[in-house]
Amino acid sequence: MWKAAGPGTSGWYGAPVALTDSLEARVDRLELPFNEYGVDPYGISKSHVKHALRVFGAIYRYYFRVRCYGVEHIPPRGRGMLVGNHSGGVAVDGAMVLTSTMLEMDPPRLAQGMVERFLHNFPVSSLWASRTGQFIGLPEHAKRLLEDDRLLMIFPEGARGTAKLYNERYSLVDFGTGFVRLALQTRSPIIPFAFLGGGSAVPTVFNAYTLGKLLGVPYVPLTPYLLPLPLPVQLEIHYGEPLVFQGTGDEEDHVIEGYVEKVKQRIAGLIERGRAQRHSRRIGRNLLP
Amino acid sequence: MRVLIPGISGGIARQLALHLHARGHQVAGIDTRPWAEAKEAGIQVYRGDVRKRAAEDVFRRWRPEAVVHMATVTAFTVPGKERGRINLDGTKAVFDHCAAHGVKQVLFVGRHTFYGAAPDSPLYHSEDEPPRALEAIPELADLVAADLYAATALWRLPKMTTAVLRLPYTLGAPGTGTLSSFLKGRRVPLVLGYDPLFHVLQEEDVVTALTLALEKQVRGLFNVAGPPPIPLSVIVRETGRKAVPLPAPLLSMLLGRAGLPRLSMGALDHLRFPIVVDNRRFLDATGFEYRHSVADSLRIFRESSPVLPAGGQGR
Repeated sequence: MWKAAGPGTSGWYGAPVALTDSLEARVDRLELPFNEYGVDPYGISKSHVKHALRVFGAIYRYYFRVRCYGVEHIPPRGRGMLVGNHSGGVAVDGAMVLTSTMLEMDPPRLAQGMVERFLHNFPVSSLWASRTGQFIGLPEHAKRLLEDDRLLMIFPEGARGTAKLYNERYSLVDFGTGFVRLALQTRSPIIPFAFLGGGSAVPTVFNAYTLGKLLGVPYVPLTPYLLPLPLPVQLEIHYGEPLVFQGTGDEEDHVIEGYVEKVKQRIAGLIERGRAQRHSRRIGRNLLP
Repeated sequence: MRVLIPGISGGIARQLALHLHARGHQVAGIDTRPWAEAKEAGIQVYRGDVRKRAAEDVFRRWRPEAVVHMATVTAFTVPGKERGRINLDGTKAVFDHCAAHGVKQVLFVGRHTFYGAAPDSPLYHSEDEPPRALEAIPELADLVAADLYAATALWRLPKMTTAVLRLPYTLGAPGTGTLSSFLKGRRVPLVLGYDPLFHVLQEEDVVTALTLALEKQVRGLFNVAGPPPIPLSVIVRETGRKAVPLPAPLLSMLLGRAGLPRLSMGALDHLRFPIVVDNRRFLDATGFEYRHSVADSLRIFRESSPVLPAGGQGR
């Protein structure tokens, strides 16, 4: 069995996830309605998820050595929205968050990201995004998936969030508001999370928007070493307690904006707490012989 | 019930006619194509075009209570402007005759390709969505127009019970239609780097769905689907074919050559992006339950339409 990190097992500071069952077994334990071909009604394919998890699992454990805290806040079953900050010029954060729910949860869950449109425009990326349940961020997708009791992964900052430069890496840009209306309409809990380290893994110094337009993507992040290849820095994911708002989703804008602000503050708080804890851990490590 | 089926000589329409007849309905049809066995089955087929005067005579003399309009064609069977005339003028003629001769109920049998294949459209299409990406594939425009025209009967002819049914790809033994034609060869071209979900419904289940729609007298727009969709690559593999993934630019160059139909480049979008429908409204209205799983449908097609050995003869 996998050992889940978090306060319940290894304290708030967490522990690297330990492998005692296979990645394939984890995928087999997903509670999704796969048919005789291993495909669910949304086209999620067991075989593709297994392949993806082999790659992302190795990156998670050995390259980024991701530390995951508070995973027990994610409901083991039923609908939910993981809502967090973007960090890193490319979608390292999304890939590691969905790997965390596969590796750290028991039973494992597949987080389904609401991704940028361009991902489905290109060959290969379109296929892999579809087969692993990562759909374009349309309200129709989000609503249907939540009504089917799926776990969504949402970055309300959108592409502006991944475009943050290195010196802005812990800031939050404006949040969209649609996710709160959806949460209210579908009575879904919002599980806030902070993703730390993405901005150091891909230290963006400049975003090439014109080049991006030529390539069919929002922008191309450039780093001091030019290419946006992630550095092997340690990443952290801090999940917070679920937020449940009462309402119908038809509330006035100022009410919704108030809820959005609460989510944003909670994420900002998780970022600050995570940074402080990371700092104190580093000091502790430096004091060791 | 007296049921008239324009387009009765098509594969699924014949099965529907026999099924309705077996359930005690009186069935007749209009078609330019012959159906020799119809008469001995107790089904009257009037040879002719629904757009011609003789078709109106059928409505006047035979006095149908219900009409199942299946006389539409795709770009795979009728190329060029004639297709547009059959689909749009034919549909107009059918509805005009229905209105003029007191038909109480009309089913327009449309296609789920109405919604179009686009990278940024919702995976599951509800009936409330508009058609998309028509500019990419003008071959579908007349079918979409016919569908939209049929839907106007809901407010133009309020005394008539009209239902527009959007059916997915069908497979049978071996079956007729777009998907069966696409799978006819040993090798099936796919677009490299894409593998869209396809909704597939067994022909017997199509007949059940249409019969339910008729007998339950449903009114409105309905997506009809059976088992959940599956990737196209699985369909190709499980029907014993060999997938040949080709880059989109190469495949578009091959359209109209190498046995591929002459279609616009946008048609390739149907091999890149899914068209999947939300059928909850139809299930609620009719209680439809499919009998054939996807595995069943693919096995039946594979057994009835095996791939020919290289250079050999088929059954």
